[in-house]
Amino acid sequence: MQERSISDLMAARAAGELSAADLADHFLARIQCLDGDLNSLVSICGDSARERARATDAGDVENATGKLAGLPILHKDIFCTRGVRTGCGSRMLDNFVAPYDATAVAGLNSAGAITLGKTNMDEFAMGSSNETSFHGPVANPWNTSHVPGGSSGGSAAAVAAGLAPAATGTDTGGSIRQPAALCGVTGIKPTYGRVSRYGMIAFASSLDQGGCFARSAEDCAHVLQSMAGFDPRDSTSVERDVPDYSAALSGDIAGLRIGLPQEYFAQGLDPASRAVVDAAIAELEGLGAEIVEIGLPHTELAVSTYYVLAPAEASSNLARYDGVRYGHRCADPVDLDDLYTRSRAEGFGREVQRRIMIGAYVLSAGYYDAYYLKAQKTRRLIARDFSEAFDQVDLIAAPVTQAPAFKLGEKLDDPVAMYLNDIYTIPANLAGIPGMSVPAGFVDGLPVGLQLLAPWFEEARLLNAGHAFQQATDWHTYRPPGFE
Amino acid sequence: MSLTAEQVRNVARLARLGLDDGQIAEYASDLSNIIDVFSTLEKADTDAVEPMAHPLGLSARLRADTPAEVTQRDDFQALAPDTDAGVYRVPKVIE
Repeated sequence: MQERSISDLMAARAAGELSAADLADHFLARIQCLDGDLNSLVSICGDSARERARATDAGDVENATGKLAGLPILHKDIFCTRGVRTGCGSRMLDNFVAPYDATAVAGLNSAGAITLGKTNMDEFAMGSSNETSFHGPVANPWNTSHVPGGSSGGSAAAVAAGLAPAATGTDTGGSIRQPAALCGVTGIKPTYGRVSRYGMIAFASSLDQGGCFARSAEDCAHVLQSMAGFDPRDSTSVERDVPDYSAALSGDIAGLRIGLPQEYFAQGLDPASRAVVDAAIAELEGLGAEIVEIGLPHTELAVSTYYVLAPAEASSNLARYDGVRYGHRCADPVDLDDLYTRSRAEGFGREVQRRIMIGAYVLSAGYYDAYYLKAQKTRRLIARDFSEAFDQVDLIAAPVTQAPAFKLGEKLDDPVAMYLNDIYTIPANLAGIPGMSVPAGFVDGLPVGLQLLAPWFEEARLLNAGHAFQQATDWHTYRPPGFE
Repeated sequence: MSLTAEQVRNVARLARLGLDDGQIAEYASDLSNIIDVFSTLEKADTDAVEPMAHPLGLSARLRADTPAEVTQRDDFQALAPDTDAGVYRVPKVIE
């Protein structure tokens, strides 16, 4: 059943071959027997999922005929889910039971999707390996001594292992695309503002964007359709119609101009991964796309720009965790300052503390102009690179990462090495453009992704290019051994 | 550039993180290494560049000032570590 596409599963349910209860039972059983080695889930909603599935089958819920009625789904533990612990990978929120649903979750609920559980993640989405989680690291199903990527590592690993047909994620600097690449699944980060940030726990508000993971671009189109759209409760949500993503999947990319940014193929890219990406690009060319070399000359500024701006925004966003209204509170505080400083020291892990302090530093008197203001300016240079590139091309193709998944523990104590990992994914967040990763092959048994980037609000073009690639290749159908 | 323990202590104070001397020393080393990476920004000529705060250049949306949600004080306070008769309790602030 875990092999079947979402449209196939939905059609089978509509035809009475499968019930929502069958779907929930099947995937809950897989979670039960396969997640032990992965640690991809932090909460399992077995009872509520079975109950909702029964109600869906009985036609007792409003959305029993929704487009995704009965579809089992997992949510990254950064999305608020009413009545379910929403811990964001942190001790700080380990006791936080969300009093409302995130808009993206509500959208999927009203399409009829059924939440099976919440997925593990880097603490407050800060990490590229899913090792900073309060709940411990997630293992990559392709090789359990390797990382799944991060920060949405639990969602990527769970979809790769067939624990659910789809999962939600968020991408602030690559946190959907990078784990999708490292786990061999399809993941899309929409344009900034396309999916509401309401109820999505904030990390860096000018960069955060919700999206999803699934086994194919076609499946992602179905899931994204129910997440995207204007939300008056998010002041940066964009008031713009959402096209029919599935209808855009013609599979035809003849004549599409695809740019290859030379900066993404320079020093640092592992030759074996490059060969996989080159072959994928040749495949796109074979499908009629026109391949054009382009330049994104300010790429080398991206990592520094991001690691000034994202921590600055994080230090501000995470100021709300004060031990007063919700979240962790230290025992027996002697005064208000002790309450704040001890609750925060105990509640936040090392990487989060590191980033809060970088943020506080770059925003502090005497350093603001040299770092924060400077990075806001270099951000514009990076965004401008993309608008100029998209004057010449319709899409950009590139690697997602410099190499396949590294080993658990390999970079954990070297934050700079961990940050430099994100070089190919960060620029899209700084510019706000949509991006996706599609499985493109393997190096030493570990998946390699192809990154596709589109102009602002051209998710449909992105999904169609991914779909065309997946019609011509079968990389997205490979399953990790032991998780078939 | 190397951050001194005193600078890190000041940043920790700004961020309300209660750290001991051992942690301050570790973070001084981590933060210095990270801030070194930022030196690449100096290379960029940004004299004529406007700072970019938002990827889409949107301004804040206005809405009618009408009540939209019911008060959910009880739901929200159920999450709080310490409340009393509808207020949040903290250590005594005023002597």
